Amino acid sequence: MIEAIKEIFQYRDLLFMMTMRDLKVRYKQATMGFMWAIFMPIVAVCAGILIKKAMAVVAKQDFDVQGLVSLTVKVLPWTFFVSSIRFSVQSLVGNSALVTKIYFPRAILVLASVLACLFDFAVAMGVLVVILTIFKVGVSVYLLWVPFFILLLFLYTFGLGLILSSANLFFRDVKYIVEIILMFGIFFTPVFYEASAFGRWAPIMLINPLGSLLEELNRVVILHQTPNVFWTGYAVISCLTVFILGMMVFHKAEPTFAENI
Amino acid sequence: MHNSIEFNEVWKKFKKGEKLNSLRDAIPNLFKKGDKNSSLEEREFWAVKNVSFNVEKGGVIAIMGPNGAGKSTILKLLSRIIVPNKGSMKINGRLSALIEVTAGFHPELTGRENVYLNGTILGMRRKEIDEKFDEIVEFSGVSEFIDTPVKRYSSGMFSRLGFSVAAHMDPDILLVDEILSVGDIAFQAKCATKIRELLKSGATIILVSHQLNMIQSLCKRIILLQSGEVFRDGPVDEIIPLYQNIIYKKDEEDLKKKMSESERVKVDTSRLVDIVAVDFVDTHGMHKEKFLSTEPVEIIVDFEAKKRIDSPIFILDVMRSDGIMCFSSRSDESGVMFEAIEGKGRVKVKLGETFLMPGIYMAKLSIWDKDMIHPYVVRNKDVIRINAHGSQSQTDAIVTHPVAWDMKR
Repeated sequence: MIEAIKEIFQYRDLLFMMTMRDLKVRYKQATMGFMWAIFMPIVAVCAGILIKKAMAVVAKQDFDVQGLVSLTVKVLPWTFFVSSIRFSVQSLVGNSALVTKIYFPRAILVLASVLACLFDFAVAMGVLVVILTIFKVGVSVYLLWVPFFILLLFLYTFGLGLILSSANLFFRDVKYIVEIILMFGIFFTPVFYEASAFGRWAPIMLINPLGSLLEELNRVVILHQTPNVFWTGYAVISCLTVFILGMMVFHKAEPTFAENI
Repeated sequence: MHNSIEFNEVWKKFKKGEKLNSLRDAIPNLFKKGDKNSSLEEREFWAVKNVSFNVEKGGVIAIMGPNGAGKSTILKLLSRIIVPNKGSMKINGRLSALIEVTAGFHPELTGRENVYLNGTILGMRRKEIDEKFDEIVEFSGVSEFIDTPVKRYSSGMFSRLGFSVAAHMDPDILLVDEILSVGDIAFQAKCATKIRELLKSGATIILVSHQLNMIQSLCKRIILLQSGEVFRDGPVDEIIPLYQNIIYKKDEEDLKKKMSESERVKVDTSRLVDIVAVDFVDTHGMHKEKFLSTEPVEIIVDFEAKKRIDSPIFILDVMRSDGIMCFSSRSDESGVMFEAIEGKGRVKVKLGETFLMPGIYMAKLSIWDKDMIHPYVVRNKDVIRINAHGSQSQTDAIVTHPVAWDMKR
């Protein structure tokens, strides 16, 4: 696996060009350019607000501002995850001309699609910072945890992307299954609501590493608390497992890509 | 001197038919014991069988063989796109392939962006491309449109730019497959110069081509493949005749088959004259199927006339296998008027030396009435083969006319 990572590093220029390609192609001939990177999460946030409002009305509670801000904090990583998976599932099959004709570490195709989404994520985060200042969320030392959680999120997404993209190369059914899961996943992940809303069933929501990551992000950014030791540890272990598993599966399947695509 | 490329008993198999595995087959396969790599399963076949060869550093070799011999598979193995099922291969040095030079292009990006993208895909560093950028663009001749998305390019501009990028990467090993059908003559000349430059720089070059003259001028060694195996590996002069043998034999069989089929359809039983047999003989009257281009050829035509025909005209056309008429002769024009024929008879045609390029030729014989209004019979199924002698160079010419060169001082 170290070998594989080394090889990707050797091809870092290609990785950069591929990421640029994915970004450029996405925003070429679009007059709004990468304003779309902000627009998409905004739509998701609006949907979230609507749901929150509805829930508040049903529960006859007040519509709290804090909930709204934490919603924004969670929507951004979620959209990053969804778009990364969506793009990386197609990354091998969509570049079949390259896969069947030129040699380079194929993981670069997957990594480039995740990185391109990471760029969008970074742009959206810049906007998020502005929103957080407007709502006077405040700063604390706990913010130092944010890069760590984002790294975990990245490894998890990349690992999953590796597995799904190679699976999709052999069985094209995968992309439909993934599409369905992504579409309904938002209901089973604590994005629009807190896991605590489930009371003693809350851990079920957190078994999905994405759920625990989002909850912890919310905790350090909005609530200014230390991360929950248990769930953070769980997230670290599960994200690393998915990442390593992804690298291994991909590495094993890689030599047969060209003849099976 | 160490080897650039080492192939040790490499085997590679492929599957025929649709690739799609149903889950029902795929899952038991995962748990199947035994070495799946060494045995053939249903619908599988060996595309490359036990191929071993070495290429020393700086060597220039050609891989030849009829269609389906495994040339492309070997190139794909060399460029590491696919991996062998059995055996091992070693490649020392940076490898570049002038095969699919535009595979890395993205239509939405500009020429400039694509040069960088394609360059890095082929394994160049960005700094390297920075340095060579002007040269690449200059070479391709699309500098005017370098900031236009390549989807607006003509197909020629597209492939020229692709070729330029690939040609500028200074590889240690270069794979070339059926190249240089890109661009106009000027561009092709530039490409040839570039390849010669690479040759001089000491790069190892593997050429796959059917252009014998190019191979003869560039390579010293040929690996001849047939149905996935190394048929022969040796110097150019030795292999080219063997190659021609294989190719022409196939050609000849195809041609004979095709002609006998068409003949069957056109059978006309009410014919007045029939050409019973056509035979190619040498000057001693001995039957032969292969001739050298400098060897005199005679054709013996046996016919049978059911009724008396007054002064018939015999015509002989010799055509190359691709349909080009090489020469034609009419019996009356060569000064002979045959008298009436009836019953069995024989005509002898002395061709002399044919001076034809090595290859497969068809002899078409026909017998006409004296006014050349309609043919009594047309026979179009006799094949004559001309073999190369010595190190005769290959060109697209029809004849190898003997020419004397002399320099006057």
